[in-house]
Amino acid sequence: MIEVENLHKSFGGTHVLKGITTVFEKGKTNLIIGQSGSGKTVFMKCLLGLLLPDEGSICYEGRIYSQLSGSEQRDLRQEMGMVFQGSALFDSMTVEGNVMFPLEMFTKQSKAEMQERVDFVLNRVNLVDAHHKLPAEISGGMKKRVAIARAIVMKPKYLFCDEPNSGLDPKTAILIDNLIQEITQEYNITTVVNTHDMNSVMEIGEKIIFLKDGIKEWEGSNKEIFRTDNEAVTNFVYSSDLFKKVRQMYIEERA
Amino acid sequence: MNYLASIGSYSIMVREVFKKPTKWPIMKSLILKEIDELIYNSMGIIIFISIFIGGVVAIQTALNLTNPLIPKNLIGFATRQSVILEFAPTFTSIIMAGKVGSYITSSIGTMRVTEQIDALEVMGVNSLNYLVFPKIIAMLLYPFAVAIAMYVGILGGWIANVAGGYSSSAEFVEGLQLDFTPFHVTYSFIKSVVFAFVIATVPSFHGYYMKGGALDVGKASTTSFVWTSVVIIILNFILTQLLLG
Repeated sequence: MIEVENLHKSFGGTHVLKGITTVFEKGKTNLIIGQSGSGKTVFMKCLLGLLLPDEGSICYEGRIYSQLSGSEQRDLRQEMGMVFQGSALFDSMTVEGNVMFPLEMFTKQSKAEMQERVDFVLNRVNLVDAHHKLPAEISGGMKKRVAIARAIVMKPKYLFCDEPNSGLDPKTAILIDNLIQEITQEYNITTVVNTHDMNSVMEIGEKIIFLKDGIKEWEGSNKEIFRTDNEAVTNFVYSSDLFKKVRQMYIEERA
Repeated sequence: MNYLASIGSYSIMVREVFKKPTKWPIMKSLILKEIDELIYNSMGIIIFISIFIGGVVAIQTALNLTNPLIPKNLIGFATRQSVILEFAPTFTSIIMAGKVGSYITSSIGTMRVTEQIDALEVMGVNSLNYLVFPKIIAMLLYPFAVAIAMYVGILGGWIANVAGGYSSSAEFVEGLQLDFTPFHVTYSFIKSVVFAFVIATVPSFHGYYMKGGALDVGKASTTSFVWTSVVIIILNFILTQLLLG
């Protein structure tokens, strides 16, 4: 569980995050949604410790990040896995090298143990024959799966995904969504996903936080988002005719 | 003010490079990879440039010796002094600032743009130590490259001199041995160690702290080359004054 309390972040004169308070629950897929420029990426970078907030706190199961020493912060980061928007795989390493990298850096496992773990996680994300390929030789969907494998190889307590579906076709996007949700439940970890994708909201949004201009405008689940009267949320989520019709059908069905 | 802020950021970067070291087996392989990339792969261009520069120095000295009272062995003497004191350490370093410096800036800059550096940081890796420290250690071998540049430069001078018929081989070799001061070689090596540090760290600074996209990687490489060259030229002046002045 991650508890965020009154989080503020500014860059020069621009106040990006304006007092966000929320809780990201363990074993659930927590989604951060909002328009471009609403502060989602800055919020996630604060959660990852890549940016330090100006005010407020982020508490990881009793550990307030800003109160930890440098080495304690690095130890905490080793409990985090991150799937970047562009996958951020190391170009010079093979798929296997990328996934093995955290194990080589932070564990004292033997080569055989590391290989076993790498095979297991690559198998878990359905990548069985790409071990020796370079990132440049695989598709966007495969890169995301490698990034997920690298993120979970150290058995993290917290998994962060920044727009995991961007640039993927709808079918692959759903596969990635389902994979993230399955892994969250399987390992009982706290997962935070930053997304624009409304399919993800409907499919895996067990808890959704809607940001608008750096303020938490609304929070709830994907079931509740159908019923909400919050104008900002409905304008954002149901901006397309398709989703307007889906919502109407849902409401009529319930009525 | 911006220059002062950059000097401050550079100093902080250099301090961070030596903190929280990466595990030795991983660091060892990174260092060997960087030796291959930064030193071994640069030997071709270093040898090529040195041989021609040595040749040009010998020809120009010979063509300016119009007074018959000046001995012909001055060609060998001037070639040796020019190559050892300036051309091998400084001219080669400017070439390296272009070749190696732009490689360092673009490779680290691309890692910044594609969030690979963020990925390292999120994992808890000291990205500066992981990326920059192996380059600094690899560049400690740079004086060996400069030594080869000295040898090849003088060889180029000898070939140009003899082939052009400006003086005999014996006169050239006599000039090479004339008033030789071993400290000049030490001075050259001291300069090359300092320049090696500059070539490893200034381009790393420009790559690591760059902002923007692919186009900005190219701009950062150009800026990095300009600043690395400027720093080398200024340090060359200061070191010459300190060591020989």
